[in-house]
Amino acid sequence: MDVNSLAPLLVAVPLASAAVLLLLGRRSDRWGHWLGLLASTAAFVVGALLLVELLGRPADDRSIDVHLFDWISAGRFDLSAGLLVDPLSLTFVLLVTFVGSLIHLYSVAYMAHDAARRRFFAYLNLFIAAMLILVLADSYLLLFVGWEGVGLASYLLIGFWNHHTPYAVAAKKAFVANRIGDLGLLVALMLMFATFGSVDFASVSAGIDGGLASTATLTATGLMLLLAACGKSAQFPLQSWLGDAMAGPTPVSALIHAATMVTAGVYLIVRSAPVFEGAPTAQLVVTIVGAITLVFGAVVGCAKDDIKKALAASTMSQIGYMVLAAGLGPVGYAFAIFHLVTHGFFKAGMFLGAGSVMHGMDDQTDMRRFGGLRRYMVITWVTFGLGWLAILGVPPFSGFWSKDKIIESAFVVPEGAGEWRAWLFGAVALIGAGITAFYMSRLFFMTFHGTKRWTKDADGHEPHPHESPALMTIPMVVLAIGSVGLGFVLQLGGGFTTWLEPVTGHVEHHEPVLPVVVIQVVTLLAVAVGLVLAWRQYASLPVPETAPEGSALTRAARVDLYQDAVNDAVLVEPGRHLTRSLVYGDRTAVDGTFTGLGRLTVGIGELVRRLQTGYARQYAATMLLGLVVLAVVVLAPRI
Amino acid sequence: MSFTVPDIAWAQLAPVLIVLGAAVVGVLVEALVPRRVRRVVQLTLTLVALAAAVVAVAALWNGVADTGGTEVLGGSLLVDGPTLVLWAITAVLALLAVLVIADRTATGEDAFAPQGAAVPGSGYEEAARAAGLEQTEVYPLVLFATGGMLIFPATGDLLTLFVALEVLSLPLYLLTGLSRRRRLLSQEASMKYFLLGSFASALLLFGIALLYGFSGSLRYAEIAEAVRTVTGMDGLLLAGSLLVLAGLLFKVGAVPFHSWTPDVYQGAPTPITGFMAACTKVAAFGALVRVFYTVVPDLRWDLEPVMWTVAIATMAVGTVVALVQTDVKRVLAYSSIAHAGFVLTGVVALVQSGITAVLFYLLAYGAATVGAFGIVSLVRERGAVRSGAAGAVGAAGAAGAAGARVPALAAAGSSARAGASAGSTADVVGTGAGAGAGAGDGVDRPAVAGADGEEPPVEAEGPILGEATHLSQWAGLGRTNPVLATTFALFLLSFAGIPLTAGFTGKFAVFSAAVEGGAWPLAVVGVLASAAAAFFYVRIIVLMFFTSPHGGPRDDADDEARPGAVVVASQGFAVVAIGACAVLTVLLGVLPGPVLDAVAGVAQLLP
Repeated sequence: MDVNSLAPLLVAVPLASAAVLLLLGRRSDRWGHWLGLLASTAAFVVGALLLVELLGRPADDRSIDVHLFDWISAGRFDLSAGLLVDPLSLTFVLLVTFVGSLIHLYSVAYMAHDAARRRFFAYLNLFIAAMLILVLADSYLLLFVGWEGVGLASYLLIGFWNHHTPYAVAAKKAFVANRIGDLGLLVALMLMFATFGSVDFASVSAGIDGGLASTATLTATGLMLLLAACGKSAQFPLQSWLGDAMAGPTPVSALIHAATMVTAGVYLIVRSAPVFEGAPTAQLVVTIVGAITLVFGAVVGCAKDDIKKALAASTMSQIGYMVLAAGLGPVGYAFAIFHLVTHGFFKAGMFLGAGSVMHGMDDQTDMRRFGGLRRYMVITWVTFGLGWLAILGVPPFSGFWSKDKIIESAFVVPEGAGEWRAWLFGAVALIGAGITAFYMSRLFFMTFHGTKRWTKDADGHEPHPHESPALMTIPMVVLAIGSVGLGFVLQLGGGFTTWLEPVTGHVEHHEPVLPVVVIQVVTLLAVAVGLVLAWRQYASLPVPETAPEGSALTRAARVDLYQDAVNDAVLVEPGRHLTRSLVYGDRTAVDGTFTGLGRLTVGIGELVRRLQTGYARQYAATMLLGLVVLAVVVLAPRI
Repeated sequence: MSFTVPDIAWAQLAPVLIVLGAAVVGVLVEALVPRRVRRVVQLTLTLVALAAAVVAVAALWNGVADTGGTEVLGGSLLVDGPTLVLWAITAVLALLAVLVIADRTATGEDAFAPQGAAVPGSGYEEAARAAGLEQTEVYPLVLFATGGMLIFPATGDLLTLFVALEVLSLPLYLLTGLSRRRRLLSQEASMKYFLLGSFASALLLFGIALLYGFSGSLRYAEIAEAVRTVTGMDGLLLAGSLLVLAGLLFKVGAVPFHSWTPDVYQGAPTPITGFMAACTKVAAFGALVRVFYTVVPDLRWDLEPVMWTVAIATMAVGTVVALVQTDVKRVLAYSSIAHAGFVLTGVVALVQSGITAVLFYLLAYGAATVGAFGIVSLVRERGAVRSGAAGAVGAAGAAGAAGARVPALAAAGSSARAGASAGSTADVVGTGAGAGAGAGDGVDRPAVAGADGEEPPVEAEGPILGEATHLSQWAGLGRTNPVLATTFALFLLSFAGIPLTAGFTGKFAVFSAAVEGGAWPLAVVGVLASAAAAFFYVRIIVLMFFTSPHGGPRDDADDEARPGAVVVASQGFAVVAIGACAVLTVLLGVLPGPVLDAVAGVAQLLP
């Protein structure tokens, strides 16, 4: 078994399947979804074979660079496209293909009534291929290819039901936020190329060790990488798109917005460890961004009544944990990835559960219209409940092992930094755990417990909640098993952290500012308080069917803490006013899809367009004027 | 005074001679060959000549790669590596462009006026159209222009540079004015192009005169020598080089010499726009690189601020103004301005890898441009049905071939008009079966009934008119013609520089060269501009795939009356060209290695 020949298959198989499905068109409608599932499963099998191969090697020999072809050589720039198989990338490969295959299976049933199901599977395969390119790339440039690829695939999938206008708008919003992030990655690429003359991971790492880069350069690079991560992983301040992206089909949310794509930012930060190690400022900013997002997402999650949007807010918050951990340096890398894996399981499971609930409730998503569903959808209730216990961090479920480690690491004083940091970030992580317990319990109780608050649909017929077909429940059961046991299995004897050590580096154990036992007990107390509060308010008391007005904070949280309003006020409105004052009337020729900076540039564009009068004499005058300006530019230094 | 006959290396000149020779023969064909077969003869001649030019370049390749190139005609032509690459790119792109030019589509009419001399709207014009006349002079004109483009970047002295400029420009002025539809717009564009082009030529000529005054020579090498040695005449030198650069920057369409571009690109017959956008830019950048790298490199501290200003302004203006355009040809025109800015960052870098990067970028950009304009030429408007003229010549057959049916907007009665203003009737009900043959992903769209539940409006087919260039007409094209729309999206993605397309490789190469040459602020501006540019490319993609027909951007009430778009079937020529461009775009994105290596291997300018 040869790694060199196996690794390319990981990307090639789903890609080929996507191509077949798209090219054959309707002719493959009957069996297309099975081909998609097969391709994804095959990729998982290949990943498992690679795991066996890697485990058979000594720890320091577990990084294999598979050369594919010489890609771009321009001047002194010489880059080959290659795949890097190491513990970190393989962890992602297994997560993506395993959860991905389960979600393929689920989609077979979930999308059964959609005429374009085959196209949906083609996009899913495309996404898997792009995601695998992203995590397997051995250079930032190839990573960028995957990065754009998952962006494109998610764009296609979010907008899959594009006949609904809001869905297409959501797809656009995701696109804009992601483009800002991509910009960061591109600038980081340029900076790295300028500094190291190369953009593959090995050269960058060697260049930093060789002292080629100043701290300032590394800080700039690190911040740009962080911007990229923020766009992709819905971190503050680029988080607003994730909630809207829930417009896509639910399996998409489970795959892309819970388990895989949104965690790409965490991957990028961990993979760029050498850069961040050399830039403590950037590292601190990473931690701060993680901390802000984790609270932000948790607060928003408390007020959302839409089950998918509440889950999305929770995802945002949990990724905040991972980013926070990644910002802590080597202490946190392994735990960030650990939490990423367990989160991938329990959050995907819960999304699939939410899909199952919607399936039974005629696509209703408002939790105030659910209630008492546990009797009607037992499997969904149980699997969702296990995921819920996992995200709360109740021992011995998966989330406990990973989240608790992050909280402990947050309480460790970083080298050369003040003790305040440990207290601040530790406290934030701890409080976050409490809020998490509250909003996730709220979600769980509102959906499955309490009284029935179902409403008739437009045609006046009652919903008849029922358990979903086996094709949908099997993936949920498998993911629930993961939510229960995966964390415990992986942490046995420090197995997972040891496995990642070749990439994340070995860390001496540091003692937190508080004894570990105290942290654990306080965390569990916070969780218990959150849970009890939620039980009192949403399970034992009746839940109003229309949302009460609520406090100022609740109202703010319902509208994502005014994120859109802030975007509007800071970016859109000034641009719009500028446009208005620049051109008479506000008749913009653009269809209003551009937000923010788009507006601003459009305003300037309008102004310049007015110079394009159509008169040849004016054009000639422009040229002459331009020439005079250039002459001044040339001659000015001489005079 | 003695005059020595220069020793002429005919073989080195073969590509140029073949093209110009064929052009001369083409003129004779016009005079001697009967009209019936003229088109076939001209087309064959043109295609063979361009293909032969490519072959001739290939034959010269190894020799030049070994020796580094030779001076021909006493130094008036420099046949070195970059020259060969530029010749190859120009000839290949011209070949593809000619295929688009030659396509008469299913309507049986090409893109050119039946009789260029006829006054628009006159009875003579109508008679010429009815008689099926054609301006087959188009082909020799294209060949003459191509010949000029081959000489332009290869020349080693300023006088030949000027002559080549005129040889390539004059046919283009003519071709611009020969559009079959919207002839007044076309003629206006032609006139503007001519006036402004003459202005730019004058600037260039004046610059040449000043440089001659400074150095006493027209040869690049000798001027470069004079720059190093002569002192005390900096005014002449700087003014001269600035004017020469201005003349060249006009041809590449860089700000502030860009204002002709949108008007001319819009007015010219679309296949000609594709030809000129791709090939002229290749030739002009070739000449610019040669002048900038071999004549005035010692002036870099003086000229760099100018070139930086121009590059930044070009990227900014091209990108920003493209955002507000509503006409697809103008969008592409501004996009070509922005691309000129991107290429300029590679030129300004003034490093060896900059030459490779620029040459590669030109190929990538040219391929996508010819393909994109080729597609624009196939997307047409369908006019209203004239009573009694339902069987307009060719319309029915064309519609069958295109496989798309569009309801008439304004039939004689007023009910259809009412329906149209309700915004619900103008719905393309195409299945995409014609073009896609079931391969596509056309989404079934429900047929929309009349506004108030009456009978759906009678579907009838009006005659096919000119190109549907307003962006709103492109809405929903991805549903009715998935293959065509996907190909167009591919070209747009390449323009936007998305990885795995040729455009990305090109952008990466020029920006890397800029960084290597110390011009990293330019690279940053370039990255920002290309990020902003992605918006308007993606906007078109969104429009084609995610918007229902007539759901696109609207100006005002006049949009209601704008007919929907229909794709006419190509005769085959354009499809071949577009397909080749698409393949090139993907290949150069996925496997650019061989081409980059080949170019890098010879990218050494003769001094």
